[in-house]
Amino acid sequence: MAVSLTIDNSALAPIAGRLVKRGGLAGADRVWALAFVTPYVGIFFAFVLYPVCYGLWLGSDPASYRQLLADPVYPSAIVNTLLYLLIAVNLKLFLALLLSGLFMRKGWRMKTLLLIFILPWAVPGIPTFISIHWMLNSQWGLINNAIWELFQTDGPPWLDNSTLALSSVIYAHIWKWLPFWTIIFLAGRMAIPRELYEAAEMDGASSFGRFIHITFPLLASLYLVCTLLSTIWALGDFNSVRFVSGGGPALSTHVLATLGIRNAFELGNPALGMATVLSALPLLIPLVMLLMRQLKKGEVQL
Amino acid sequence: MSVASRARLDRRLVDASVAMVSVVLIIWTIVPLYNMVRVALQEKEDVFSNSVFPTTVTWHSFETAFRESYWLLANFWGQMGTSFYIGVSVAFLTLAIGTLTSFTISRMKIRRGWMLTNAALLTYMIPMSFLAIPFYSIMGKYGLTDNPLSVIAVEVTFATPYAIFIFKQYGASIPQELDEAARIDGASPPQIFFRIYLPLMAPALVAIGTYALLLSWNEYLYAFLLLSSDGNITVPVGLGKFLNSDEAPWNYLMAAAIIYALPPMAIYYAFRRKMNSGLTMGGVKG
Repeated sequence: MAVSLTIDNSALAPIAGRLVKRGGLAGADRVWALAFVTPYVGIFFAFVLYPVCYGLWLGSDPASYRQLLADPVYPSAIVNTLLYLLIAVNLKLFLALLLSGLFMRKGWRMKTLLLIFILPWAVPGIPTFISIHWMLNSQWGLINNAIWELFQTDGPPWLDNSTLALSSVIYAHIWKWLPFWTIIFLAGRMAIPRELYEAAEMDGASSFGRFIHITFPLLASLYLVCTLLSTIWALGDFNSVRFVSGGGPALSTHVLATLGIRNAFELGNPALGMATVLSALPLLIPLVMLLMRQLKKGEVQL
Repeated sequence: MSVASRARLDRRLVDASVAMVSVVLIIWTIVPLYNMVRVALQEKEDVFSNSVFPTTVTWHSFETAFRESYWLLANFWGQMGTSFYIGVSVAFLTLAIGTLTSFTISRMKIRRGWMLTNAALLTYMIPMSFLAIPFYSIMGKYGLTDNPLSVIAVEVTFATPYAIFIFKQYGASIPQELDEAARIDGASPPQIFFRIYLPLMAPALVAIGTYALLLSWNEYLYAFLLLSSDGNITVPVGLGKFLNSDEAPWNYLMAAAIIYALPPMAIYYAFRRKMNSGLTMGGVKG
């Protein structure tokens, strides 16, 4: 960015005498400030505060929760949500941390690899999730066709078994979001001064030692913030479950986000749907509070 | 073994493992994308074949998508238009509202600006899909049922907080003295905003504009819930409709999906550097 603005102080001096008073806003400025923030304040009230309050009100009927607890799909949806968050988020971030180290290497080969590696993130999610759904089809999907070609044996029924189907959803999530988090960690690594590594190398630290004693401690708070943020986003993830497993087989791979939408729209019971979603609050609120506290420390910025 | 040959062996081992990891990564990345292309290049009957590579390659399904000559694709270009219209509106509104808000908070220094920042932070941390149910009823109350404006409103709501963070951080690098000097010359706040603030914010505007455009181009859930008539739905919703049909013209679906995926990919790779610097400038956001 080229900013070429020079301010001639001597030219300003004569006017400086009748200077506008600084700090605080007066008169016309105040009106302008008010006008400038009105659109955002309006949006916040109309499309954040109102829906939040309305949602809380919609999900405030104890009867919906009784109905929810009686639903056999609900407990499995909770277990799925927890498994999904724990496995998908942690596996993804750990891989991203390792891979970011790979991409620190120099040369055109790594640059090209990064360009290819970034594809899942650059391609819209829906088509790729649909593609993953098909390639995992047990009769004519690409994966089982390839297994047949290579080993002359039938591959597993990926989407017809609930454990495999949930694993497939987790795979799809990691595939889609791994590049994004790798880039975040790559940026984090690039911010670490090279001298630290050079000094450690002089002291005879192995590359593993350098990772444990330099990279990880310096990236720890970034890693924590990423884990929290990624968990919050994964909690609200609808698309990968909806399109990869569709909640099946036999509703066994629903997570709270997809079950909420199903209860509200497919079963036509918005109060039940809202209750489903709101039952994630005991998990969401501590995550948000922890994240807020981390961000307040100011070591990592959003 | 001498130290030198030992080091050479180590380097070779590292190079070999890097090469292996690279190959695994490429396969891992390419497989689902290759599957899209493979399905799109086949005839309808061959989709169910047991081959890994397409048996007969044909552009027929791309032609069908282009000419809209299949009933589920009858309004494909209309849907592309809607997606584009929503995307551009969301990008423009996010930029406008985001810059105005961040300008007021950090350049005009209004009292209680922190409340706006916290409101944005709170919004940023609500999982988008959790508000889908109340939004559906509320859009009915606002009289925006089956209206693209409702989707635009939702996406602007969820894109603006991130825009405000990035603009605030980027804006901190623009010296306050510029504003003060302009003030002394008698410039009003809108003049400072348009003549000084906006031009200097250009790189951040590109990053956030791209981010908002891609966010709305890729968004599915809200478009699916809030838009219903064939003339108003976006491409991802149209693609989702294929899954509900009894027939399985999946080569058509994948051809349409590839056409739909090309513009964001082009935008992404064109603005990659700016996007990435925008991202890392801010740290985190998907």
